Amino acid sequence: MTEQEHIQKTSTEKADEASSIELVANAAKNEQLKNDLDNLLDEIDEVLEDNAEEFVRNYVQKGGE
Amino acid sequence: MAIAKVLGIETEYGITGGPDGDPITASSILVNAFARNGEINVNWDFGDESPANDARHMPLLTSVAPMIESHLANTVLTNGARFYVDHAHPEYSSPECRTPLSGLLYDRAGEDVLLHAVRLANASSLDSPPITVYKNNSDGKGNSYGTHENYLVKREIPFPEIVRAIAPHLLSRQVILGAGKVGYETEYFDDLSPRFQLAQRSEFFEELVGLETTLKRPIVNTRDEPHGDPERFRRLHVIIGDANMSEVATFVKLGSTALLLAVLEDRGVEVFPAMPKTPVRAVRAFGTDLTLRQGQESVDGRSRSAWDYQDELWTLAHRYVAGGDGAAVATEAELQLLLTQWREMLDGVRDNPESVADRVDWVAKLRLLNGFQNRHGLQEDDPRLRAIDIQYHDIRPDKSLARRAGLRTLLTPEAIGEAFHKPPTDTRAYFRGRCIDKYPKEIVAANWDSIIFDLGIDPLHRVPMMDPLKGTAELLGDLLDNAATAEELLRALGTL
Repeated sequence: MTEQEHIQKTSTEKADEASSIELVANAAKNEQLKNDLDNLLDEIDEVLEDNAEEFVRNYVQKGGE
Repeated sequence: MAIAKVLGIETEYGITGGPDGDPITASSILVNAFARNGEINVNWDFGDESPANDARHMPLLTSVAPMIESHLANTVLTNGARFYVDHAHPEYSSPECRTPLSGLLYDRAGEDVLLHAVRLANASSLDSPPITVYKNNSDGKGNSYGTHENYLVKREIPFPEIVRAIAPHLLSRQVILGAGKVGYETEYFDDLSPRFQLAQRSEFFEELVGLETTLKRPIVNTRDEPHGDPERFRRLHVIIGDANMSEVATFVKLGSTALLLAVLEDRGVEVFPAMPKTPVRAVRAFGTDLTLRQGQESVDGRSRSAWDYQDELWTLAHRYVAGGDGAAVATEAELQLLLTQWREMLDGVRDNPESVADRVDWVAKLRLLNGFQNRHGLQEDDPRLRAIDIQYHDIRPDKSLARRAGLRTLLTPEAIGEAFHKPPTDTRAYFRGRCIDKYPKEIVAANWDSIIFDLGIDPLHRVPMMDPLKGTAELLGDLLDNAATAEELLRALGTL
């Protein structure tokens, strides 16, 4: 391997390494977002108006402005 | 030079509960409960209101002047705001604010005013169904109520130029500022049957320009009621826009619109992107385009999506600020925050919506809807999805879904708490708020541009405030501090 090739390979490896770090970070971030959403949906299950159908039907407003 | 973009937001809240479920009664109960608790009972002076005046100076036969229902409950707050019953809704009109961040602060304080009023009212009338309010703009059944913005504009700018410059922004900003809505509620979409729209309000607009607000709603409203010196000022009354739960969205809504109006005043109308050929069709089509890529033909022959319009308008605003302008809107630091947030929201909605689910209301809401639908395997027409839509806007902390959605905040609870009681210091709202706080018994009525005092002797004394930038803490702070009574104040002002 010439020195030039070596440098190229190293930088490719570095780039691979960097992108894999990025992928791991993204995966962690996605996992975090998914957990956040799961927790959020748990909360919605808890606080959402009991009888959704009636709640929606009774939500009637007069036009305004 | 662009003039200071004094601005504010008026919000009509959705309301349920109260005796017999009558929304006018329930709204009155809220306003009266708040007024009594604070022992404020200042009337609104309708003498100068002229909502029928048309900026085009030629009222159209299709335009009917809005009714003012002066017998309904009405009060002026120590923070300079007005809290009253409008039609069948409780409405909070923020005081005049000097910058977008200040406008956000007083809009947010308004939510706490409503919340406080609801608690007071429900605590004292235990025998009727509790009153609940929602910061949204439609009931999903074809009834819409407004969130209106106001901006101070130079009188010398011809109105057609305002229309031409600002309409592209008003019909495209929903792409980042829409509050999102499940389904549709007007006949225009019977064929399309969209499952979700970016904005609550877009489908209700039927004209490009007009005086109306309740029927045939126009994208640009022509009400010409400056609430100030009509020789120098115009108040642009913007009726197309959603009530935002996201603080960043409210900030960007006020900031982007104010900045583009300043660009118009300083650079002229020619720098703005061309209007869509069919603006009403465009505002509706943009609202249902979740791909954000569908273009509408503009009068210059190009096709632009809402995203394209916002991209051009952001660039225009960015160039203006980079050239050293923008002081009419905010400080350098606030302008930078505005441009950064506006850009991030715009890139985010197109490239990675998840990244702006903490700022863009429609993205935050859609994320909840999709998550909930998947978790429970629901049909698209399941009423629980519509319930989530409504409850996103519930202002009670224990019920609000927006408060749970992880929205980014820009304001501290301390700042909001202070704005609940105290007016902004840098507009005439300061004079109004301080007077209401200090001399409530001597004030018989107030409105945006005057206060009427009754000293118990001789005639009533009217103090006009025709310039929104006068009456500030800098100009009148000492005088108000030193005047123990209204009489001393009026003597010091030279009106006695």
